[in-house]
Amino acid sequence: MSDANTQAVEKYRNNFLKEVSERVEEGDWVKMCMQCGVCSGSCPLGSAWAHPPQEIFMMIRAGKREEVLTSDSMWMCTSCYNCIVRCPRKLPITHIMHGLANYAHRLGLAPKNQPTRVLGTLFWNNAIQNGRINELKFSLALYFKDGFSQGIKNALAMKDAGLGLLKAKRLNPFEIFGGHGCKGKKGIHAMLKKAQEIEARRKNFTA
Amino acid sequence: MAKKEYAFYPGCSSQKGASASNYLTSVNAMCETLDIKLTEIPDWNCCGASIGYAEGGELPRHVMNARNFALAEDNLPGQQIVATCAACWLGARETKERLDASSQLMADTNEALKEAGLNYKGGADVRHMVEVLIEDFGYDELKKPVVKSLEGIKFAGYVGCQTNRPFGIDGESFENPVYLDKLVEMVGGEAIAAYDQKVTCCGGALAFSEPEKSQKQIKDIVESAYDHGAEMIVTPCPLCQANVEIYQSDVNKRYGTKFNIPVLYYSQLMTVAYGGSAKQAGLDGQLIKASKLEQIASKK
Repeated sequence: MSDANTQAVEKYRNNFLKEVSERVEEGDWVKMCMQCGVCSGSCPLGSAWAHPPQEIFMMIRAGKREEVLTSDSMWMCTSCYNCIVRCPRKLPITHIMHGLANYAHRLGLAPKNQPTRVLGTLFWNNAIQNGRINELKFSLALYFKDGFSQGIKNALAMKDAGLGLLKAKRLNPFEIFGGHGCKGKKGIHAMLKKAQEIEARRKNFTA
Repeated sequence: MAKKEYAFYPGCSSQKGASASNYLTSVNAMCETLDIKLTEIPDWNCCGASIGYAEGGELPRHVMNARNFALAEDNLPGQQIVATCAACWLGARETKERLDASSQLMADTNEALKEAGLNYKGGADVRHMVEVLIEDFGYDELKKPVVKSLEGIKFAGYVGCQTNRPFGIDGESFENPVYLDKLVEMVGGEAIAAYDQKVTCCGGALAFSEPEKSQKQIKDIVESAYDHGAEMIVTPCPLCQANVEIYQSDVNKRYGTKFNIPVLYYSQLMTVAYGGSAKQAGLDGQLIKASKLEQIASKK
C-alpha cells in the first residue's frame, strides 16, 4: 500500500464520502446525486463500465472505498459530457469521473495496466516536456508501451493509416528529433512544479 | 465588412505536419475571405486536452490554460481568444469559468504562473471559431462571399461532443443542434436533417487506448451517414475528424463493412464555396479523398 493511501485511510477512516468531497475534483457534488440513472443511460461506453456513474456515486456513499478506487469504470469516460448536460441536478459528472480516476491513480490504486490510464500519463508527460504535444512521439510511446515486439506489431497494424497521414502531410517523421515546442518550457516546468505543490497543500496530500 | 481581430489559439493538432494541419489551412483561407485577422498567441502551450486529467490533476491543468490567457492579455490586449479545436476551446473555457468562480483558484493559479514570470488578470473571453462565425458574423454575412455552390453534395453534419457539450453554441439544443446543417445549406450543399448520429461521441481519446470499445461509436456514426444517403461527413472537431476518417479501415476489418466516406471540416466547405483552390481548402490532407469537392474547387 502506498504511503499516500495509508495516510488517506487513517485520516478518513470509514468516511469515504468525506474523503471524496475534500480530495476529488468536484467531489463535493456526489452527495447531490438522486440515483435517477440518466448518466448511466446516456454514457456512450455505458455497457463497458463495471459500475456506471450512478452506481459509483452510491458506492461512494456506501463507503466502498476499495471497490471504487480500484475499479476501471471511471477510465471508460470519453469526456463526451452527455451525462453533464442531461443530469437533472446539474452534477458535473464528467469532472467527478476524471477526479476519481486521477485520485485513484495518485494513490496507486487504479488498475496498473488500464490502457486509458497509461494513455493519459503518456499524453500529459508528452505535452509538458516541450509545452506542446508531439504526435509522433506520443503515438510511438503508446504503441511500444508493452515492449518492443508488441510495439512493432501495433505499428504494423496501423501502417496504412500512418502512411496515409504521412502522405497527407498530417504526420511529420522529423518530429522524432524534437518537433514543435514552447520557447518558455523552463517556465512551464517551474510553474507546473509550483502548481503541484499548491495542489498537494490544498488537498493535504502527503506524497 | 468590418474587419475583426482575435487572439488565436490553434492548438497542437493544427500545427504544421500534425493531424489537423489541413483544418488550419482551410481556416486561414476562410478567414482571409471574411477579413478576420487571427494573431497567434505567442508561445502558446497545450491545453492538456480531455485526457490530461489522468496525470495532470486539477490545478496543473488550469495553470496550463491560464498561461495562454496571460500571454494573450500581455501580447494581444483587448482581443478575445479564439480556438479552432473543440478540446482546446472546452479545456480553456472550463478553466476560465472555474477561475472566474473562485478567487482561491485564481490566487493559486497566479502563484504558479509567477514561476513563469506571468500574471493572469481574468480578461479575455474564450470562444470557438464556429461561435465567432455565427455570432459575430451571422449566416447572411457568411453567405455573401459564396461564389461556388456545393449543390448536389449531401452532407451528414456530425457535430460530435465537445463543440456541443457542455457549452455548445448559444441557443442551440444539445440533442439536436442545427448550426452545422445551416452552414452546409448556406454553401449550397444538402444537409441531412434526419442524421441521427450527429451528436454521438466518436470515442475521443479512447479510440487510441481501447479501440475495441470505441470503434463501435465510429461504426454507428459512419453507418448512419450512409443509411441516410450522405456522400460526405462534415464536422467542427479535429478529433472527430481524425477518428472517423482514420479508423474507417479498421472498422471495416472489425465489422466486415466497406466504408469509405470523406470526413471534412466546415471550413473546408466554406473555403471551396468562397472560390478557394483544393490546396487552400486543405483537401490534399484527406486520407479519404473528397473528389466531388475537389472537382468543384477546380471549376473556373
